[in-house]
Amino acid sequence: MTETVPKELQAKGKMDAALPVEHTKPGIVFTPAVDIFETEKEITLLADVPGVKTEHLTIDLSDDVLTLTGEVKPLEGPDEEDILIEYEVGNYYRQFTLSELIDQNKIDAQLRDGVLRLTLPKVEKATPRKITVKAG
Amino acid sequence: MIVRRFNIPAVGWRGAFEDLEQLRRDMEQRFQHVLGRTYRPETAGVFPLINLTENKDNYYARAELPGLKAEELNISATGRNLILSGERKISAKGDDVNFHRREREAGSFNRIIALPGDIDADKVEAALVDGVLTVTIPKAEAAKPKQIRVKSN
Repeated sequence: MTETVPKELQAKGKMDAALPVEHTKPGIVFTPAVDIFETEKEITLLADVPGVKTEHLTIDLSDDVLTLTGEVKPLEGPDEEDILIEYEVGNYYRQFTLSELIDQNKIDAQLRDGVLRLTLPKVEKATPRKITVKAG
Repeated sequence: MIVRRFNIPAVGWRGAFEDLEQLRRDMEQRFQHVLGRTYRPETAGVFPLINLTENKDNYYARAELPGLKAEELNISATGRNLILSGERKISAKGDDVNFHRREREAGSFNRIIALPGDIDADKVEAALVDGVLTVTIPKAEAAKPKQIRVKSN
């Protein structure tokens, strides 16, 4: 198989979040990019949330709705003057409705290098089982 | 391209133009929906997007690079340029996965940033914390602003 050259990344602006309720704190809120994939045993969610520290990340799961909230503090010092500003810094917010039955006690969350990995194991009985049909 | 923004005493995020900035972002998103591409006149359109700031001693370049580890990143400084390159990998999963969303991208990047003044290339420092890269570039001694004493008789 020929070796593929990695394609060049395109610069994409961050998308503003369309919030269902008004937010009371001032500031911009962005929608983080996520990958969601599902295996037989679990659903994994990976979200790009650069600049969020572990203590500023809130993950809520209630009524099958998963809510991610991350707070970001700008890193610029008070004496710094802008020369070129290409991206804005703001908080992250995203909500998902989960379709499968998730075992809420076994949810695992890891935040590393600005990427959140959320592992949501499915409840045992939701994993598909093959039922063999015996010829009568 | 150097863009100078006026310094406004900060009220809330980045000063009194917050509402106008929100309007600008709304217009950009509408452009994107209609034309299929972002109308962004101010950026070089190259990944990663950089925020460049300065104080009297250093230039600071910041970029958001989630998921990148320090060894996957190459930073070098030559002349007045800062070169940033690397590759973002997203680990491929097994065959039995079912993707519901796929928004994060993987790929290579290479960006050269021209700084407005002379720098001390030996003392450049970089830190990657929580997916945000901060490069501290000390200005060359000759380029730092000097106080000139005025003698009065």
